[in-house]
Amino acid sequence: MNTSFAPETSNSSPSNPQLAKAATGIEGLDDILLGGIPQGRPTLVCGAAGCGKTLFGMTFLVKGVLDHGEHGVFMSFEERASDLVQNVDSLGFDLQTLVNEQKIAIDHIYVDRSEIEETGDYDLEGLFLRLGYAIDSIGAKRVVLDTIEALFSSFKDTAILRSELRRLFYWLKERGVTTIITGERGDGQLTRYGIEEYVSDCVILLDNRVVEQITTRRLRVVKYRGSAHGTNEYPFFIDENGFTVLPITAAGLNHAASQDIVATGIRGLDSMMSRGGYFKGASVLVSGLAGTGKTTFAASFVDACCARGERCLYFSFEESANQLLRNMQSVGIDLGSYRDRGLLKIESARPSLYGLEVHLARMHREIQTFEPHAVIIDPISAFRGPESEVHATLLRLVDLLKSRGITAIFCSLADVAVRSPGLEREISSLMDTWISLTNIEADGEHNRLLFVLKSRGMGHSNQVREYQICSDGIHLLQPYIGPNGVLTGTARIRQEALETRAEEARSETIERRKREVLKKRSDLERQIAAMQAELETQALDEAFLASDDANQASAEDRTRKTLASVRGFNE
Amino acid sequence: MSTEPRAIDPEQTGDSGHYALRLYVAGQTPKSMIALSNLKKICETYLAGIYTIEVIDLREHPQLAAGDQILALPTLVRHLPTPLVKIIGDLSNTEKVLVGLDIRPRQIRA
Repeated sequence: MNTSFAPETSNSSPSNPQLAKAATGIEGLDDILLGGIPQGRPTLVCGAAGCGKTLFGMTFLVKGVLDHGEHGVFMSFEERASDLVQNVDSLGFDLQTLVNEQKIAIDHIYVDRSEIEETGDYDLEGLFLRLGYAIDSIGAKRVVLDTIEALFSSFKDTAILRSELRRLFYWLKERGVTTIITGERGDGQLTRYGIEEYVSDCVILLDNRVVEQITTRRLRVVKYRGSAHGTNEYPFFIDENGFTVLPITAAGLNHAASQDIVATGIRGLDSMMSRGGYFKGASVLVSGLAGTGKTTFAASFVDACCARGERCLYFSFEESANQLLRNMQSVGIDLGSYRDRGLLKIESARPSLYGLEVHLARMHREIQTFEPHAVIIDPISAFRGPESEVHATLLRLVDLLKSRGITAIFCSLADVAVRSPGLEREISSLMDTWISLTNIEADGEHNRLLFVLKSRGMGHSNQVREYQICSDGIHLLQPYIGPNGVLTGTARIRQEALETRAEEARSETIERRKREVLKKRSDLERQIAAMQAELETQALDEAFLASDDANQASAEDRTRKTLASVRGFNE
Repeated sequence: MSTEPRAIDPEQTGDSGHYALRLYVAGQTPKSMIALSNLKKICETYLAGIYTIEVIDLREHPQLAAGDQILALPTLVRHLPTPLVKIIGDLSNTEKVLVGLDIRPRQIRA
C-alpha cells in the first residue's frame, strides 16, 4: 500500500505543496486515490442501500487506529453501537476492544420524529457539542458520520438543517479531522438530499449492480479536488477480510521474459518441447474435451512444482478441494501432502458465486498473499458472461501473472471441434503454449490424443501422441502411424503385435539362412578334406611308382654287371 | 442554572399531574435566553405549582446530550408525565408548545 505518498504530517509543512492525505486503509483504494482521502477534510461516500457505506467508514476508523494510531469517532444515525460492533465482528474487527481502550468512540444518534415538536428558531448545536465532546474525549483525528441524511427525516425545517450541515462541515474542516460522510444514493443526484453540494473535496461513489443474477460491487472516485486519482470504476468486494478494492488494470506488455524452464510434470511431454518444459512465467493453455484429463495434466504440473519445493495456487471452479485431492490420488498424485506442507493452496468456488471482476479480484488477492510460483485455473471455460468481458478478465489475469513471473496453467473445456471459434481463438493469442487434448473414436473405442499446438519461443514436436491416464499418472505412448494417421488403442496394440510377429519371422529367416550357409560351408570343407585325402593317395602312388622304376633299373644294371663280369669283360 | 442535574425520578415527583421539564441549551445565547423566558412564562401561566424546570447547559456538560438524544438546541424535554416529549426551538409559538406538552386540551376540559 502506498502510504508514503502522503505523510501524515505533511499538512503542516509548507515545503510540501502536495495535498495531505489520510490513508483509508482499504486495500487497493489508497492506490486509486494516490495515497488516501484528503486529510482534515470531509469526504462523501455515497451509494444505494447495501453498498457497504457503513463498512467503508468503519474500515477507515479501525485501520486508522491500527495502522496510523489515529483515534476515531463513529457517529451512527442508523445503527446502534452494539449492532455495529456485532456487524463488523464478522470482518475480523474487534471493535469492542478498541472502544474499551478509548481508541474509537461510537455515538448512536437516534431521533424519533414522533416525539419531536418544532416551535421557533433552533440550531443543531447539540450535535456539534456531542461530536466535539466525542472527538475531545478520545483525541480523535477521524470522524465518520453515518448517515447524516437521516436527519432530514427528523427535522421539518430543511432550511435550518441545510445551513447547519454546511456549518457542520465547515466546523469539521476547522477542527482538522478527516471525515467520511455517508449518503444514500438519490434519483438523478449522488445523494437523496443533495449534500454533495456541501462536501466538495472528495466524493466516492459505491455501486452494487446485478447483471444476470450476479452482483458486482463497484467503486468510483467521482471527484477529488486538488489531486489526481484513478477515474475508472473499480470492482470491490466485502468478505471475511474486510473491504477490498481492486485497481487491476492491464499492466502493459513489459514483463520480463525468463530463460528458465520448468518441467511439465509429464516425462513424455517434456521431451516434446525442444527446451524440455515450459518457460518459467509462461501461460499454458490445456484445452480438451470432457474427460481428456485436463485436471490431471494440471495436477501433474503441480506435483512437479511442489516436489521442487515451489508454491502452487490452485483455483478450482468445478471441484471442491477434497474432491480434487481424492480424484488426483487415483492417478497417483498426492496433492494432500503438499497442501499439508503449505506448498499448495486450493481455492474452490463456483463460478456463478461472483461476477468476473470479483473472481479476478479474489484471485489477485490470493496471489498477492500466497506468492505462488505457479497458478492453475481450472477451468477458464467456467467463466460465463459477455465474451468481451471474459476476455478482458483473462487478459488482466494473464498480465497479472506474467508481471509476477508466475507460470500458469489454464484448463479449458473445448467444444467438439478442437479449434472452436470465438473465445478459444481469443484466448489463444494470450497463451504462450497450447496443449490440445482430444478424444477420438476409432474401432469402437475412444482414445486420448495430445498434441502441442504451439509453444512460443521453442521448437516442439508436431507428433500427435496417444496418452493414457494410469494409476501412476499420465503416460505418453510411442506413436504408431498407420495408413490413416496415428493408431490408437487396440489398433495400436494390434499394430504392435503385428510388428512383433514380423520381427519374429524375420529373425527366424535370418537364422535359417545362417544355418544354410554354415551347412554349405561344412559341406565344402568336407569335400575339401576328401579331395585332400585323394591327393595324398595320388602322391603316394606316384612315389611308389618312381621308386619301383628306379629299383628295376638298378636291378637290371646289377644283372648286366654280373653278366659282364661273368663273361669277363668290362664296360 | 442547574450544575448537577439528576435523573428525574417519577416516584419522587409523586402525582401524575406533575410536569418534570428539562431545557437543554448551549451557553447563554440569545436563543437559549428567549427559550427559557418563554418556557417560564408558559409554565407560570398554565402549570403554576405543578412543574419543575431543569436547565442543562451542554457547553458545560456535553456528555449529557446523548442521554436524551439531543441534537437541536434549544430542546425542551418533558419527562413527566409520560410519554417523553421533545420540543425544539425557542418556544416562541406558545400554541405549539401547549399542544406539544399536551396542556391545552386539559385546560379546556377543566
